[in-house]
Amino acid sequence: MHKNREPLFHIVKRGDMPWYFSWGVRAVAIALALICSAVITMLVTSENPIQIFATIIDGSFGSERKFMILLQNTAMLLCIALALTPAFKMRFWNIGGEGQALAGALASAACMILMKDQSNLLVIPCMVLTSILAGALWGAIPAFFKAKFGTNETLFTLMMNYVAIQLVAYFSVVWENPKGSGTIGVINPMTKVGWLPEILGNKYALNILIVAVLTVGMYIYLKYTKQGYEISVVGESERTARYIGIKVEKVVIRTMLISGAICGLAGLLLVGGTNHTLNSSIVDGRGFTAVMVSWLGKFNPIWMVLTSFLLVFLGRGAGEIATDFGLNASFGDILTGVILFFIIGSEFFINYKICRTKSAKKEEK
Amino acid sequence: MLSTVLSFLPRAIAQGIPLLYGATGEIVTQKSGNMNLGIPGVMYVGGICGVIGAFLYEGTLSSPAAINPFLAVLIPTLFCLVGSLLMGLLFCFLTVTLRANQNVTGLAMTTFGIGFGNFFGGSLVKLTGADMPFLALTATSNCFKKTLPFATKLGVVGELLLNYSFLVYLAVAVALIAAFIIKRTRTGLHLRAVGENPATADSAGINVNRYKYLATCIGCMIAGLGGLYYVMDYAGGIWANDAFGDRGWLAIALVIFTVWRPDVGVLASFLFGGLYILHMYIPSGMNLAVKELYKMLPYVVTIVVLIISSLRNQRDKQPPQSLGLPYFREDR
Repeated sequence: MHKNREPLFHIVKRGDMPWYFSWGVRAVAIALALICSAVITMLVTSENPIQIFATIIDGSFGSERKFMILLQNTAMLLCIALALTPAFKMRFWNIGGEGQALAGALASAACMILMKDQSNLLVIPCMVLTSILAGALWGAIPAFFKAKFGTNETLFTLMMNYVAIQLVAYFSVVWENPKGSGTIGVINPMTKVGWLPEILGNKYALNILIVAVLTVGMYIYLKYTKQGYEISVVGESERTARYIGIKVEKVVIRTMLISGAICGLAGLLLVGGTNHTLNSSIVDGRGFTAVMVSWLGKFNPIWMVLTSFLLVFLGRGAGEIATDFGLNASFGDILTGVILFFIIGSEFFINYKICRTKSAKKEEK
Repeated sequence: MLSTVLSFLPRAIAQGIPLLYGATGEIVTQKSGNMNLGIPGVMYVGGICGVIGAFLYEGTLSSPAAINPFLAVLIPTLFCLVGSLLMGLLFCFLTVTLRANQNVTGLAMTTFGIGFGNFFGGSLVKLTGADMPFLALTATSNCFKKTLPFATKLGVVGELLLNYSFLVYLAVAVALIAAFIIKRTRTGLHLRAVGENPATADSAGINVNRYKYLATCIGCMIAGLGGLYYVMDYAGGIWANDAFGDRGWLAIALVIFTVWRPDVGVLASFLFGGLYILHMYIPSGMNLAVKELYKMLPYVVTIVVLIISSLRNQRDKQPPQSLGLPYFREDR
């Protein structure tokens, strides 16, 4: 008699996991990823693994300056991830964080350059306003078409990134300083017009503080407000949302206005707060990395603090390895990629479990 | 005027070929419902693996004159295909077998792939301890660039149509074959079914995971050839970090622009190639800034196509319905 071959294993969805279980799995994944990275590094540099791990830690905690850069980078990455999160919760794949932040950055820089003779009391509010509006506009365009005509938002927001990049490249030439360089140097280096004030004697402190407030705000917004609830209903099931009378189009556009606005704010913090200049790589791929931060943090702003810190920490560590062992700086990207693959893969073991298929005979007993 | 056209068209086509490879690969992938945003990374990996293959082969030669043109083409091509295949397998393993989010996996693959390309490209010379100042594989590149010997003698037609290397014709052939398979064969029908509605396909007895794996891996291998073409032919065998630029994303734009049809992609890629280099032909005088705006054109055009195709809502011009969505049989 022909017998169907049964697979040895089958996959079962897990129910709700206690938080320590899922974070345990992730910790194991990160540990494996680190071991894997260390092996790769050993193959390339023939250094011992302890030295390699020491270098990773040194990259973030080696000096006060390195530590502050770690916090600043974490804050900026987290800021864009926070911006993307409401959109993701709504199942709107906004991968245009890069472009939205650039739009904000461009608006801030425009204020700083065009209003260079005004007082900061006027310039800074203008920067805040225009950069938030620019980011919101950049986010709302794809949202409008998604809401009205169902245009694919992933591809639309992706393309908007490059429109923004070229727009910034255009203005970099228009506002070039000095002439012929094709780049905007530091804006208003003497008068410091449009430079956000330093607090606590540190140029990164203001950014970190603003992002910290934003994190709590976003947590409350998503968890305890009516709008946050509407977002999650639309994300879970658009049909249910329509049925219970949520105007889905309105929610989509409103959420993307918020998403874009926060990205614009990130652009403001980058230009006005720390870099005081503008170029097309000022956002530095954070718009893309933020997608991973938000997803790995399960769209929960509090967990995202952890994931953004982790990614920046590992990225800086990988960069430190590259410089210390005389490798090309792109080595950091390889290690970041490897670590991400492990974390992405580990989600499977959190959501599913693999069971051995019991043979039919046994079940009869 | 004619000479401008004669110099513009071949360059537009040369620019378009990497995009065509990338777009054909991505269309095949997307038809299975997998949105592989790792294509830019895959194209970098394809390029650098070809470089590694060529580098190893040239290292075994006593002099550049002793090069065997057949091996010089075969070895890098094989390396390129294997490298891109591995990237495809990685993507499938994570998204199909481990059911991870496709966007996140794709973006991670792009980070990894670009890092991989730049790392090995930048330090290949250093790692192997050779005494060349930069990585120039001119001998291999010359084999890749071989054109028909009589092409230039055939006047305008010969120069415009016949004077290209084999990878250019291969790109066109692959695109046309892909279009034929997707549209006219049973395999293609199954593939489209998987991309449109995997649950229905599954109940019709189609092995969804096998189609997703095969389509994504083949798609990655095709896209990887785009990287190989760029390094070996377009760039003359010289690897420079980040030189490939954002062509990978442009290839994804091309997928939308062609409304998921590889045969349309042939001409569309030349158009995109033309838009990509248009800024060099614009007599903008002193105004360099405007050139940056011209570089925006391919993306703006893509957005317009995306909007128009969703406005007209024709069923044959839509993305595969379950594009980007994972499929778990148990979740039906």
